[in-house]
Amino acid sequence: MQVLVYDGSFAGWLTAVFEVYEYRFTNASIVPEGHRQDSLFTPTHTVYTSDAKAGRVWRGLQQYLSGRAMKQLSDTFLSELPGREDQMLEYARYALARKQPVEKDFSHRAVKYIADTAQKVHREKHRMEAFVRFQKTKDDLYFATVEPDFNVLPLIAKHFSDRYADQRWLIYDKKRKYGICYDLDKVSFVELDWNPTDTRAEREAILNEEEFPYQQLWKDYFTSTNIKARKNTKLHIRHMPVRYWKYLIEKQPG
Amino acid sequence: MWERISEKLKILSDAAKYDVSCASSGSKRKNENKGLGNASNGICHAYTEDGRCVSLLKILLTNFCIFDCAYCVSRKSNDVKRAAFTVQEVVDLTINFYRRNYIEGLFLSSGIFSSADYTMERLVLIAKKLRTEHNFHGYIHLKAIPGASPELLKEAGLYADRLSVNLEMPTEQGLKLLAPDKKREDMVHPINYIKDEIIQNNEEKIKYRKAPTFAPAGQSTQMVVGATPETDLQVLYTAHHFYREMQLKRVYYSGYVPISNDNRLPAIGTPVPMIRENRLYQADWLLRFYGFKVNEIISPEQPLLDLDIDPKLAWALRNLHIFPIDINKAELPLIKRVPGIGVTSAQKIVAARKFRKLSWEHLKSLGIAMNRARYFITCNSPDFERKDYQPQQIKQFILAKGNSKYESSFSRQIPLF
Repeated sequence: MQVLVYDGSFAGWLTAVFEVYEYRFTNASIVPEGHRQDSLFTPTHTVYTSDAKAGRVWRGLQQYLSGRAMKQLSDTFLSELPGREDQMLEYARYALARKQPVEKDFSHRAVKYIADTAQKVHREKHRMEAFVRFQKTKDDLYFATVEPDFNVLPLIAKHFSDRYADQRWLIYDKKRKYGICYDLDKVSFVELDWNPTDTRAEREAILNEEEFPYQQLWKDYFTSTNIKARKNTKLHIRHMPVRYWKYLIEKQPG
Repeated sequence: MWERISEKLKILSDAAKYDVSCASSGSKRKNENKGLGNASNGICHAYTEDGRCVSLLKILLTNFCIFDCAYCVSRKSNDVKRAAFTVQEVVDLTINFYRRNYIEGLFLSSGIFSSADYTMERLVLIAKKLRTEHNFHGYIHLKAIPGASPELLKEAGLYADRLSVNLEMPTEQGLKLLAPDKKREDMVHPINYIKDEIIQNNEEKIKYRKAPTFAPAGQSTQMVVGATPETDLQVLYTAHHFYREMQLKRVYYSGYVPISNDNRLPAIGTPVPMIRENRLYQADWLLRFYGFKVNEIISPEQPLLDLDIDPKLAWALRNLHIFPIDINKAELPLIKRVPGIGVTSAQKIVAARKFRKLSWEHLKSLGIAMNRARYFITCNSPDFERKDYQPQQIKQFILAKGNSKYESSFSRQIPLF
C-alpha cells in the first residue's frame, strides 16, 4: 500500500491523483496531513499541490464525466468524510479507464459512494438554506451562525446572494471558523474566530431594537400554527433533527 | 403595539392552520432590480410539532365571517375571539419574517366580511403592495374568494404565484349538508376562470416573452375528508376530475379535525383520520407520478382504500398474474408499479442495468424496500420466491415483517374469516 499525503485541499487531492498516475502507484491511498498512520512501515509520498497538475486531472475527468458528475465529485470532497479521497480516486480511475460516463453505474461501489455522499451534502446544503436564521444588528447587518455537518457554505452563497440582494448579511460557520459575507455587491469569504454573543445583555447591545419582538412573533406563529390533535413528534424530529435546534429561534425556550 | 400584533397573529394563524397547503414550489420568480426575494424550489424552513412543513406565513386577514359553515372554526356562530390585520401589518410581518429567512413567502386567506369582492380586494391590495412598493419577489399564495369578480381574480393572478379555491367537501351533497349558504358552483366557477386565464397566459408567453405571468405556480384546492360520509371512491374521482379538467397542480386532502359540537359532524375528541388521509395522498401520488389510472386504484366494488396496506401494494395483490417481473428486462413504467420501488429507484435500476445485470445485493444497495419488492420481482440471482403465494399470504408476510408507522392501529391477529 502506497500512502500519499496531501494538504487537505481539493486541488491537493487532484494533484495526488495526478501523481498516482505519474509514479504508477497501483495500490494507493490518499490521506490528508495530520492523518494518523496505521503503520510506521507504510511508505508515504508527500504531495505538493500544483495547480498545473490539478488542472490536468480536472480537464482529463471532464472529457468523460458530465458537469453534474464533476459537481458530485467536488461536493463529495466537501463532505470532509474520512476515506472519501480513496473512493474518489477509485471513481476517477474507473472513469479514466472506461473512457465513458460512469455516473449512472449505480451498482459500482465507488460510483454508488459518490452518488450517495453528494446526495448527503446536497441535503445538508438544502437544510442550511432552510435553517439559517438571520438576526438584525443595530447597523443593519443580518447575521446567522450555523454548524453544518458538512462544509456547505461555498454551496449556499449563491442562493443567499440571489435572494437577499438588498440586505447586508453574514453567515458564520462556527465549527470551521469562517463565514460568507455579502456587502450588497458580492459575496466574500471571511476567516474569523468569533464567538457570537449569547447572554441577553450582550445581544441587546448589538441587536436592532426590532429584533427581539420579531423573534417573539416568529415563536408565537410557530406555536399557534401547530395542530395539537395531530401531534407527531417522530416526524417533527426527523425533519428537524435536534442537533440543529441550537440556532433555531423557534426552538428556543420562552 | 407589539402585544396587539402578537395577539392578532396568534388568533389569525390559529384560524388559518386547517388549510393544509404550504407548498412554495413550482414558481420561477426571479429577484429583479436588486429587490428582495425569489421563488423557486420550495423550502420548508421549519416543521411544527405535528410534523407539518412551515414554508409560508399562513394567516387569515380576518376571521370575521358572514358564513356559518359547520366544519369551519371561523363560522359565524362559533364563540371565538375575532381579529383583523391591517394591510400594513401583513406587509410588515411578511417582509420582516422573510428577511430573517423564516419563510418563503405569504399564504393569505380570509374570512368573508361584508362581501366576496370587498374581501378579495383587500387580499389583492396586500399582494400588490408587496410586489410594487416593496420590490418583493418571494412566494405569494392567495385564496380566491368564491363569488369575487373576474377582474379581481385576474389582478390577483398577476401578483400571486398560486391561487386556490377550496372545494371544502368532496361532493355537492356534503357541502349542502355542512355549508347550506354555499353552492358548489360558486367554487367551480372561479377554478374554471383561473384555469382559462392560465392557459391563455401560457399562450401569450409563447408569443411575447415579456407578457406578464399569471399565477405561475398554478392553482390548487383542498377537500376535507372524514367530516361527511363520502367514500374514497368519491374523493378520488373528484380529485381525478379536477386534475384532468381544471389542470390543478395539487389537490390536498385534509383529515377532519373535530372542532365543533354540531351533531352533523364527528364529535370533539374523535381521532383525526390520519391513516385515511395518508392513503389518499399515496393514491394521489400513484395517479400523478406512477402512471396509474384512477379505476386501477379504487372501484365501486371496493370504494374504500385499504387502511392496513398502501394502495400500490393493494393493486399488486389484486394483479398477481402480472408478477413476478424481471428487473433486468422490464420497462420503466412496469418497474414503477412494483411495491417497494419508488420513481427514483426505478430510474436508477433502468440506468444501472445497462452496465451489468443487477442482483439482490445491488437492488438492496439501491435502496429498494426488499421486504415488499421480493414477492414481485426476479433478478440476476438464483434464489427468488418460487412458491405461488396467495395474495392474503403475501399481505400477512409483509405486515409481519414491516414496521408500519401505524402499527399500533392494527391488530396483528390473522383474521379467522
